[in-house]
Amino acid sequence: MGISFEKLNDIQLDALREVGNIGAGNAATALSKVVGKRVKMEVPLVKILPLKDVPEWLGGAEKEVLGVYLTMSGAVTGHILFVMSIDDALKIMHILLGDLTPTREQVLEMDEIARSAMEEIGNILSSSYLSALADFTGLRLNHSVPALAIDMAGAIVDVVLIEISKKGDYALLIETEFVEEENRIKGYFMLIPDTGSLEIILHSIGVV
Amino acid sequence: MYNRVVIGMAEYWVSDNPEDVLCILGLGSCVGLCLYDSSRKVGGMVHILLPESIPGQTNPFKFADAAVSALWEKLKSKGASTKHILAKIAGGAKMFSGTDSLFDIGKRNVEVVKAELKKLNIPLRADDTGGNRGRSIMFYLEDGRLEIKTIGQKPVVV
Repeated sequence: MGISFEKLNDIQLDALREVGNIGAGNAATALSKVVGKRVKMEVPLVKILPLKDVPEWLGGAEKEVLGVYLTMSGAVTGHILFVMSIDDALKIMHILLGDLTPTREQVLEMDEIARSAMEEIGNILSSSYLSALADFTGLRLNHSVPALAIDMAGAIVDVVLIEISKKGDYALLIETEFVEEENRIKGYFMLIPDTGSLEIILHSIGVV
Repeated sequence: MYNRVVIGMAEYWVSDNPEDVLCILGLGSCVGLCLYDSSRKVGGMVHILLPESIPGQTNPFKFADAAVSALWEKLKSKGASTKHILAKIAGGAKMFSGTDSLFDIGKRNVEVVKAELKKLNIPLRADDTGGNRGRSIMFYLEDGRLEIKTIGQKPVVV
């Protein structure tokens, strides 16, 4: 019997929330290092959402976003998707690159420089959450090379939602707001463990 | 006045109201299938996720191998006839490059939808599938035109 997201109790949810907290903390630290400025974060929101509501939560199905997708292997198998709006990714790039920041059009056209900058940001942030999960559970987690896409939120998430929909109808979403002076940047981290893997995670944390 | 109906994943809509515009916003590797009877101005759309049905899951509109005939049945009950029916499809993109089988799901969705249409003898009038960009699609029941938008491109009508 696999445990599914919608059946988690409060203690288990709290444990996952804590993974979200640590992951967001790691991500803020990583971002600080990259941009050379102090980046803080708000307490992350951890949501268990019906699949069909996910695009809405990301700002609408047509919102222009970047998505970084990875698969997990090792003790836990499943999928990871990190999503950030193009506007927020541009804010990070602006702190990082100043006047050399690519334009919105260059980003949407996947211009080479824009693409590699986006890829870098996505990789740093998604691996921050993943290492939090590894640290918190003490499990050895491997992951695939991250794949990047820049497109409408609905289109970015649908491939992952398809994968989840084979097993259930809910997704775990961690929303984090990063703060650097007047810049507020939202990142969304989605964890989609395969059947059985959520149990391994919860078991490793000691809440099963 | 147009009346916009947004169709979520694994959902469908059929209507004989010519003011209805059936939409899927941000379509990635899913497939949007439109069926239209031009003489009666009856149309329907379904938002398909997966190529093959999964045992134990009962919603036929989620799976290409069941959704095509399920939508056709719904449309027939609204008065559509075999004589004037046509199909248009969009979606089935590969959003992330990679070798994982998950990434080919769009392609497989399209293949199964086409095979099912063939079985039912429904002519495929427009096909905007594949590629690596997401699409928003708008299906106008007044004349059966399908408008397709991608980021950074002008909308096309098929």
